[in-house]
Amino acid sequence: MTELTALTLAEARDGLVAGDFSARELTQSYVTAMETATELNAYIVDTPEQAFSMADAADARLKDGTAKAMTGIPLAIKDLFCTRDVHSCSASHILNGFQPQYESTVTQNLWDDGAVMLGKVNMDEFAMGSSNETSYYGPVRNPWKASGSEKELVPGGSSGGSSAAVAAEIAVAATGTDTGGSIRQPAAFTGTVGLKPTYGRCSRWGIIAFASSLDQAGPITRTVRDAAIMLESMASFDPKDTTSVDCPVPNYEAALTGDIRGLKVGIPKEYHADGVPEDIEKIWKQGIEWLKDAGAEVVDISLPHTKYALPTYYIVAPAEASSNLARYDGVKYGLRVTGESLDDMYALTRAEGFGDEVKRRILIGTYVLSAGYYDAYYLKAQKVRSLIARDFANAYEKVDVILTPTAPSAAFALGEKSSDPLEMYLNDIFTVPASLAGLPGISVPAGLSQDGLPLGLQLIGRAFDEETVLKVGGVLESAAQFSAKPAKWWGAK
Amino acid sequence: MSVDKNTVAKIAHLARIKVPDASLEPLVGELNNILDFVEQLNEVNTDNVAPMTSVVAATMVLRDDDITAGDCRDEVLANAPAAEHGFFAVPKVIE
Repeated sequence: MTELTALTLAEARDGLVAGDFSARELTQSYVTAMETATELNAYIVDTPEQAFSMADAADARLKDGTAKAMTGIPLAIKDLFCTRDVHSCSASHILNGFQPQYESTVTQNLWDDGAVMLGKVNMDEFAMGSSNETSYYGPVRNPWKASGSEKELVPGGSSGGSSAAVAAEIAVAATGTDTGGSIRQPAAFTGTVGLKPTYGRCSRWGIIAFASSLDQAGPITRTVRDAAIMLESMASFDPKDTTSVDCPVPNYEAALTGDIRGLKVGIPKEYHADGVPEDIEKIWKQGIEWLKDAGAEVVDISLPHTKYALPTYYIVAPAEASSNLARYDGVKYGLRVTGESLDDMYALTRAEGFGDEVKRRILIGTYVLSAGYYDAYYLKAQKVRSLIARDFANAYEKVDVILTPTAPSAAFALGEKSSDPLEMYLNDIFTVPASLAGLPGISVPAGLSQDGLPLGLQLIGRAFDEETVLKVGGVLESAAQFSAKPAKWWGAK
Repeated sequence: MSVDKNTVAKIAHLARIKVPDASLEPLVGELNNILDFVEQLNEVNTDNVAPMTSVVAATMVLRDDDITAGDCRDEVLANAPAAEHGFFAVPKVIE
């Protein structure tokens, strides 16, 4: 029999329903695998006791016929989802010891459907980063290494613990969040599938906020089918989040028909960015051919404001972050550093509790929102953001979905880009535009670089048209036949 | 536009983050790099463009005026670094 940890979510679901193995057995195989993978530093906290009790409850549901698709599926949960009585710190020291007294809507939806929590996974502090190197809990190591190299690589970020856990088969799937690419880029770096839904599709309630007009939860999985199954469970209308949208959650798995004949796929010329390696251009061309072969019509389009997306993002996101992170003051939860006065306490607590990147963004955000600069920076950025959204709206008059690379490179080495914030920001060049426009996007593993590292292709869809994104993603996946797995270098003791 | 040491000290104070004097100078460089980068937005003509206020076109819904949460003082205080007599406790602010 295949090792249980090698099964996809859909296969695990089918095996559980058929009674080939129990949820407890499946969970046990993951708990064992997690113990041998600690050097990846993907998990911040393991919750085996909770996992087994949830698995037993799942087995009861499987017996009495009340099981759902996610029943008995062991998951890794990104540390910024509030999970009752369990470590939820957004990988920041300032939330030291925080154990929420409530459950986020997304995780509650998953538990209601019978999923199993294996633990909380690492991430960039407050989701601010593209390499998982800003975590208070240390960097995550990518399970992948370049061929013939021992160099440790980053798993992408901010959902780096999530992507590494799925790639290393120490979780069937994982929750992630995406503000400017934090689901899609780590998925591309680890040969996994990452789906950022439309803004408003998943409730943000109980997700520790970074930039509220951009943050959106989504799944990181092994296959497109898995992403469809998991999104259906995560998504809901939630009165507790005023930006969650009241529209029915479709059966996403049913959208995977494989039939994209006549569908119009847009190829934006602005995504041929300078300095993008040949590997990336090549895989993009290959993706275009695959979709043509499947009967789609390829249309050249223009998204003229693409180059302004990143500067827009680096005003809007820090501005919202500086406001959201004002709540960490040493009074209500987490770290407190006492000083001579109350004001001192605030300033000392925040100095010690936040890491360098988070501080930098709070300072930038505070500056662009401060009196005299608001119009020049923040208001200007929000206007350009309208133009970026308009570019997409114009494109969707001609096409049904847009195909681009996910990231401008394959996974890079630990420490390679951490000294230059701007260079790190450029990682999100292809993912940020869809974030600013609130559109759904998926990254699908499409092939390997010359160095043997995974490369992803991104599909961006119309608002609330995750079905088309998934359908075309499924076709790309079948054409790519991406079956490579990282050579297991961890746990060999 | 760019920031100098005094401006960085001022924003750090507004953000309530203690920044030692020695760290101000490096921050001036880092923040100016980012500000230089975002400067390119000035190339874009945004006359008659409305700023984005909502990512997804949705109407704000009114909810019923019911009490849906409350009576959970202990939960609210459960993570407080210091709590006394059912309140958050902070250093003395009134002499």
